[in-house]
Amino acid sequence: MIEIKGLTKQYGKKPVVEDVSVTIEPGMITSFIGPNGAGKSTLLSMVSRLLDADTGEVLLDKNDVKKWKSTEFAKRVSILRQANYINVRLTVRELVAFGRYPYSKGRLTAEDNRFIDQAIEYMNLKDMEDKFLDELSGGQKQRAFIAMVIAQDTDYILLDEPLNNLDMKHSVQIMKILRKLVDELGRTVVIVLHDINFASVYSDRIVALKDGKLVKNGPTNEIINSVALREIYDMDIPIQEQDGCRICVYFNSHTTS
Amino acid sequence: MRNRTKLLLLFVLVIISVLLYGFYDIKGGFDYAFPRRMIKVAAMVITGIAISYSTVVFQTVTHNRILTPSVMGLGSMYEVVQTVIYFFAGSMSIWIVNKYLNFGAAITAMVVFALLLYRFLFRADKHPIYLLLLIGMIIGTLLGSLVTFLQVLIDPVEYLGLQSLLFASFTKVKAELLYIAFGILLIAFIYGYFIMKKLDVMSLGRENAINLGINYDRMVMNILILSSVLIATSTALVGPITFFGLIVANLSYQFFVTYKHSVIILGASLFSIVALVGGQFLVEHVLELRTTISVIINFVGGIYFIYLLLNESRAAK
Repeated sequence: MIEIKGLTKQYGKKPVVEDVSVTIEPGMITSFIGPNGAGKSTLLSMVSRLLDADTGEVLLDKNDVKKWKSTEFAKRVSILRQANYINVRLTVRELVAFGRYPYSKGRLTAEDNRFIDQAIEYMNLKDMEDKFLDELSGGQKQRAFIAMVIAQDTDYILLDEPLNNLDMKHSVQIMKILRKLVDELGRTVVIVLHDINFASVYSDRIVALKDGKLVKNGPTNEIINSVALREIYDMDIPIQEQDGCRICVYFNSHTTS
Repeated sequence: MRNRTKLLLLFVLVIISVLLYGFYDIKGGFDYAFPRRMIKVAAMVITGIAISYSTVVFQTVTHNRILTPSVMGLGSMYEVVQTVIYFFAGSMSIWIVNKYLNFGAAITAMVVFALLLYRFLFRADKHPIYLLLLIGMIIGTLLGSLVTFLQVLIDPVEYLGLQSLLFASFTKVKAELLYIAFGILLIAFIYGYFIMKKLDVMSLGRENAINLGINYDRMVMNILILSSVLIATSTALVGPITFFGLIVANLSYQFFVTYKHSVIILGASLFSIVALVGGQFLVEHVLELRTTISVIINFVGGIYFIYLLLNESRAAK
């Protein structure tokens, strides 16, 4: 279980994340949503120890994240950020193999190769596993990185806007795969999303941030309603049901500020 | 061609150039000339490896393939240290007379400089490469001017001593430093054995490396120290050669398409030994010492550097 307790981060005098406490429920998809600059990515970075918090702590299984040995932590929690510019030439398979580093330290065993094969299979990358990353489209590259994280075989998978720059088809593909990871393999996924409707359709719980503060935290159906959304986005957003999914039709909404 | 074959090929080239340099036109006093030539070869091998190794790891840590420790002014730092010691303490001070102490002082200053450089230039938000380059040039010029300023004020007799310390070259290797240099390289290699795979992971960028369990910030520290120590070693031995690391590192990246640092560093080292020993052969026997190899390297390297920059700007569009 991951517990976030009173996390605060300031850049200069401006607090980006202010006293946020959330518990990440295992076996679910939790989405972090909120307007630009709400501190979603910063919060995720602190949970995954990419960034040090000013005050507050993050606990993984009751132990402070900072006290975990970095390789042991890497076997439990993985993080994928949005910008992945790499200036070495790697094939898809080589990239995915890096996911096994916490276990094998670069000397791959038969078991490692099995995990790599599975991850490649899972992300439908089999036919391009020997292609170089710079030969792939944005969506394929994103899938390769997610495959690396899957090969890492962690209970917790944290993703920072994985749908950025992806078209509708690839976005849906990736969200379905995340759903499968949770439902079939029992993983826990925490994801920063920009598109409220992807959060509404695919996640179990939603954590909403605004100006660095936590404004809402609960099951998806408690958050996706016009009252709660007004508080988060300062917009009146009508909601329509479609096949049991709640869709926010925000395109013509009146903006209050 | 597989990477193993390529490495083997380069290794054969190394052997050929060493034999050629060692035995070509060795008239009369074999006992006199041969050991002297071998000292130079040893210096070239050590320098070549030290520069290749330090450049590749520096570029991995700073995530670029154009800037090298020398381009960022690390080499000039060596001159600054020696000049400052001469200026304030004089040629008879323990800091000059004791070679080990002198070496230690130079290394310490360079390590501090490298860490500051990283702290203010590379760690913060991504600066465009041109800005970094400009800053590197300015730092280099500033240090150069500082050195000149102090040198003008030094007593002329003292200055001669300083000059002999700074204008090392392959023709005038400081053989007494060879043992320390060899020892340092050995330690660097042992350390390298443990971090090669970590370096591979670090080339995925800070965030991916941390995700995979690398203690990134501490590794960066260690590697910058390693890089500075190696550059200090090669500079002390044969003087600064600005563009050399850039050439051999990039040749190796292009020749061996791989992410494996063990291959890239080995390849770059072999390239540099061939270039240095072969180049020195040309300088001594074809050009008959009318120029020095550093001049040739900086000339060829400068052109290659411009080519890489143009390529980079085209890729950025």
